Amino acid sequence: MAQIFHRSANTLARVTIFGAVFIAGFVLWVIGGIVRSPYFTNQNVHREQPVQFSHRHHVGGLGIDCRYCHTSVEESSFAGIPPTSTCMNCHAQIWTNAEILEPVRASFATGRPIVWNRVHRLPDFVHFNHSIHVAKGIGCASCHGRVDRMNLMYQAEPLTMEWCLRCHREPEKYIRPREEVFNMEYVPVNQKEVGPKLVQQYAVRKLTSCSTCHY
Amino acid sequence: MSESKPLDFTAFRERIGDLRGKEYWRSLEELSRSEAFDEFFQSEFPQQALALSRGVDRRSFMKLMGASVALAGLTGCRPPQETIVPYVNQPENLIPGRPVYFATAMPLSGYARGVLVESHMYRPTKIEGNPEHPASLGATDAFTQASILGLYDPDRSQVVRKMGEISTWSEFVAALQPVLAEARSNPAGVRLLTQTITSPSLGAQIQQLLAQYPGIRWHQWEPVGGHALREGNRLAFGSYLNTIYDFTRASVVVSLGSDFLDEGPGHLRYARDFSSRRRVRQGMDGGMNRLYVIESTVSSTGSVADNRLPVRPSEIEAVGRAILAALDGTAAPAAAHGEFIASLARDLQANRGASIVVPGEEQPPVVHLIAHAINQALGNIGTTVQVIDSPEVAPVNQLQSLRELVTDMNAGVVSSLIILGGNPVYDAPADFDFRGALGKVAFRAHLGLYNDETSLLCHWHIPETHYLEAWGDARAYDGTATIMQPLIAPLYNGRSAHEILGALLGGLDTSSHGAVRGYWFGRGATEASWRRWLHDGVVSGSAPAPRAAAVSTAVPAPVEGNGVGIEIEIRPDPTLYDGRFANNAWLQELPKPQTKITWDNVLLMGPRTAEQIGFGAEERSKLFNELKTRVAEVEYQGVRVQLPVWVVPGHAEGAVTVYLGSGRAFGGKVASGAGTNIYPLRRSSAMQGGGGARITLTSRSPYPIGCTQEHQSIDPKVVGERGIVREASYETYLRDPAFAQTPPHGEVVAGLEHRNESLYPPFVYEGHAWAMVIDTTVCTGCNGCVVACQSENNIAVVGKDEVVREREMHWLRIDRYYKGDPENPQVFHQPVPCMQCELAPCEPVCPVEATSHNEEGLNDMTYNRCVGTRYCSNNCPYKVRRFNFFGYSDYETPALKAMRNPDVTVRTRGVMEKCTYCVQRINHARIEAEKEGRRVRDGEVVTACQQACPTQAIVFGDMNDPQSAVAQLKKEPVNYALLGELNTRPRTTYLATIRNPNPELVKAATADAEHH
Repeated sequence: MAQIFHRSANTLARVTIFGAVFIAGFVLWVIGGIVRSPYFTNQNVHREQPVQFSHRHHVGGLGIDCRYCHTSVEESSFAGIPPTSTCMNCHAQIWTNAEILEPVRASFATGRPIVWNRVHRLPDFVHFNHSIHVAKGIGCASCHGRVDRMNLMYQAEPLTMEWCLRCHREPEKYIRPREEVFNMEYVPVNQKEVGPKLVQQYAVRKLTSCSTCHY
Repeated sequence: MSESKPLDFTAFRERIGDLRGKEYWRSLEELSRSEAFDEFFQSEFPQQALALSRGVDRRSFMKLMGASVALAGLTGCRPPQETIVPYVNQPENLIPGRPVYFATAMPLSGYARGVLVESHMYRPTKIEGNPEHPASLGATDAFTQASILGLYDPDRSQVVRKMGEISTWSEFVAALQPVLAEARSNPAGVRLLTQTITSPSLGAQIQQLLAQYPGIRWHQWEPVGGHALREGNRLAFGSYLNTIYDFTRASVVVSLGSDFLDEGPGHLRYARDFSSRRRVRQGMDGGMNRLYVIESTVSSTGSVADNRLPVRPSEIEAVGRAILAALDGTAAPAAAHGEFIASLARDLQANRGASIVVPGEEQPPVVHLIAHAINQALGNIGTTVQVIDSPEVAPVNQLQSLRELVTDMNAGVVSSLIILGGNPVYDAPADFDFRGALGKVAFRAHLGLYNDETSLLCHWHIPETHYLEAWGDARAYDGTATIMQPLIAPLYNGRSAHEILGALLGGLDTSSHGAVRGYWFGRGATEASWRRWLHDGVVSGSAPAPRAAAVSTAVPAPVEGNGVGIEIEIRPDPTLYDGRFANNAWLQELPKPQTKITWDNVLLMGPRTAEQIGFGAEERSKLFNELKTRVAEVEYQGVRVQLPVWVVPGHAEGAVTVYLGSGRAFGGKVASGAGTNIYPLRRSSAMQGGGGARITLTSRSPYPIGCTQEHQSIDPKVVGERGIVREASYETYLRDPAFAQTPPHGEVVAGLEHRNESLYPPFVYEGHAWAMVIDTTVCTGCNGCVVACQSENNIAVVGKDEVVREREMHWLRIDRYYKGDPENPQVFHQPVPCMQCELAPCEPVCPVEATSHNEEGLNDMTYNRCVGTRYCSNNCPYKVRRFNFFGYSDYETPALKAMRNPDVTVRTRGVMEKCTYCVQRINHARIEAEKEGRRVRDGEVVTACQQACPTQAIVFGDMNDPQSAVAQLKKEPVNYALLGELNTRPRTTYLATIRNPNPELVKAATADAEHH
């Protein structure tokens, strides 16, 4: 009986068997890369908004404190999105005719809220609390990046669980003095020494059990 | 399918005789230990018998799978884009993300139960009891908890309807004008029909209407709101007074057919007070109280009785008379139950002024008279029993009131009828033929929460506001008033009774706020007091002072001829009440406290009666593990109703019990079709039933029942051997407080001698160590905790078909055990949440670490990691894990989205879930404490079940804190762990049940048993 396969099939088979391991590895590596990529995490993706609000101008330029608008960041899980009336505190006086502010004035006049596109989104099975992070010396910029340099808001960090755990496992690397939490320009000096001290001072625990966030 | 055999009493008796020492059983099926039952219990996953109710062929399977793969590929790529919608003007005191609590009250049959409502961004999500309200003291019952679902119920009536067509409020107001014109010319033709009203402001509006149009008549009708109680008190005291009880001062309590721990407007308070004299602790002052219950069907109160006497409903009166006679010493106790009555009377005599005899709400008036005559003879009136003016605006004989209305309607006298709430077409006595009479009225308007049987027959239907949507006021059982404030604007364009009356009074835009506020400001309220009342949830000083009252001593002679043949007792449903909650899926799926049946009403009877009618045991189909029972036909006063038969150990023989509230023809998707309507059996001459019923088994094919008792429960073989239930009498406890520590039968189960050893070094819990203790002595099995858990944790409802397949999702189940004679067993309730084992068997078997341990000892369940292998559930010895076999959670209905607790993930298909000790509440408390730089205080974390419990049977806290309540309780000698010998080290432990039976009766019973 004639051979069904040519001798070269042996080589092909060997290559395929060894190759399969690499191919599987490669596929996993690609998947791992994709789920960490901005395509998936929305990291660094600018979001169009109904009003072209610039944090760079308001925070970096004018020096408005984060808490002027995000009022509940120190007391609630949710930092708060400012109501239209907060915008109008100033814009009833300045730039009253600016075209860019028309949606704000319309909202204030009609009572219909501005619908913002969400930039930082966690899945519904993750429960994040702003107030405790702020109280324990985690700066706004640590997670939200240099908001004072962002024209349109974008998500500076990937917000993956891996990323959260980086700090939950080693908070001393990221912690800062409480008075610097809202300081966008804070640059740690000698974090290696200051960090562990602050962790002790603020009684920061390394909460890595699942029910810290998932329930 | 196994063959149905008749109940075999000799087998039961032999089995009970065989039992070594104490043996507990959960059902007659288990007691009989049939082969089919053993097989059912041995099957590894009974709930997986068949995934789908209908088979799926290969073609449709491929289609479905193809579609889901394609859709998964499309949607699974990127997270969805969401929007954030802030306020335009944010309310001043609102902090987004933090709930706010408002005090209000839930009215049921007119009477208020004070509540605090949790509101997230002005969305009410959870009901808690108001600690400052006398009828609640912080506790809630199942109805109150489930009323949040009632608010969001998408089946609620949403538009004004005229002859079934959509109309408007202003058109309705216009249509009222001819009615008002007629009210001037022919006032007798205009009628108002309301439910029981305790609302002072609504009462004032009605009085104003009656004054403005003299001659208009006001009728009241409430199907189960204590007709007999009202008449009984009138018989006893000469006028419509109410009695309230102080159980904190009562050492002996006798219930004459009363379920005071689980029924009636004051039951939450009564349960709290009653349990305060029942908590047995080391070094407690004073002894334990004693409860005698004389009743027919097994009620929650009866199930925790120290001495229970099952008698036919008609005999309760005779027993009451015998007690009264025995107290006077005028007559020797009758032969029947002579020993019981004599002992009870001696006990009462010994506790003059410190005892209470409670007549059942549904008992005939003469029983009330007898009970209060006994109370008077014992000097209880004025001490443990207080008499107050009725909190109702106008207490009347409602049966008479409705009868007059129906008579007038039939006579053509009534031209306009305005029905403010209620569903009389469904729930009026059958002989009134309300439906027929209603057709003779020219103008019929109905205000109701649902488009129901009554609104179908009315020209106009106005959607009613839920109590969380409108201003109002109501009085509690003791007369304390509460201003009810709305939590949310009407979701479905509802109108309140205040607004309708306002329209009748000529004010076009009377708001309920204006009406309520106007009333109280007219009576001396100031802005400051008004705000205080709203804040506290009670109007200070509004409770009437107790008054002196003498009980009539002229007890009428007994009427002969009652109770021939089989007696039928008609009672409100323990979970559906009179039918008003029939569209509430939480309550439909809530296992009834004693039978654990969901989604159905059945014919309850004792085992001997079942034997008499030829009923065999329930059957189990092997394919689906469905429990099926035979259907019987009840013939009572010429009306026939078919009901599935259910045998209840302890039910009085020669009597059957049926529950009202099921079998709604119309009134929502959930209500329609569940169960059988009992109202056709209910006649004005016998509202609570009576003798002469005929029961015959039909040849209908067996009917499947969703009874949860045998579901996900601990192996019956283990129950006796391992001491799942541990109990003793108070006498035994005093002699040997550590009785619960002795291994059952005094022997160590073989192979478990080294039960606390481990290969691993012990893990030290340095911070908090959360733990729970459940006191089974005071648990009444009332189900408040089960619904509270459901509401707090967004637990899905699965429907009857799925319950039958054992897939109910309640994280907390209340196991019910019996002990002793099937004709009058002792009953034990055991709430079983997740035990949070320190060495949890579920954790090592999870292949994806979806369930893991945290440093505070919680057994975490991470839904998003779960891949649904169900190994954890298989390995759980307590069977407390629940699996989403299908997508039970409703992700679609907008109203239900708004109802959910935003702090808890809504679980999807294929995910395991279980009790987490309300970890969201723990985390909240921890965050608040850490922000303030302190430890979480004892009592700061309250689990949902603990918060709801009327008897405070559940205690939660940090057992690392030696001062905490939970740590103290763990030191009690009666503290024991379920299946502790498995070395799971459960954090949830139990306090053994202690009952305080009259020693004389125990001796008598023992002697009796030896004699046989």
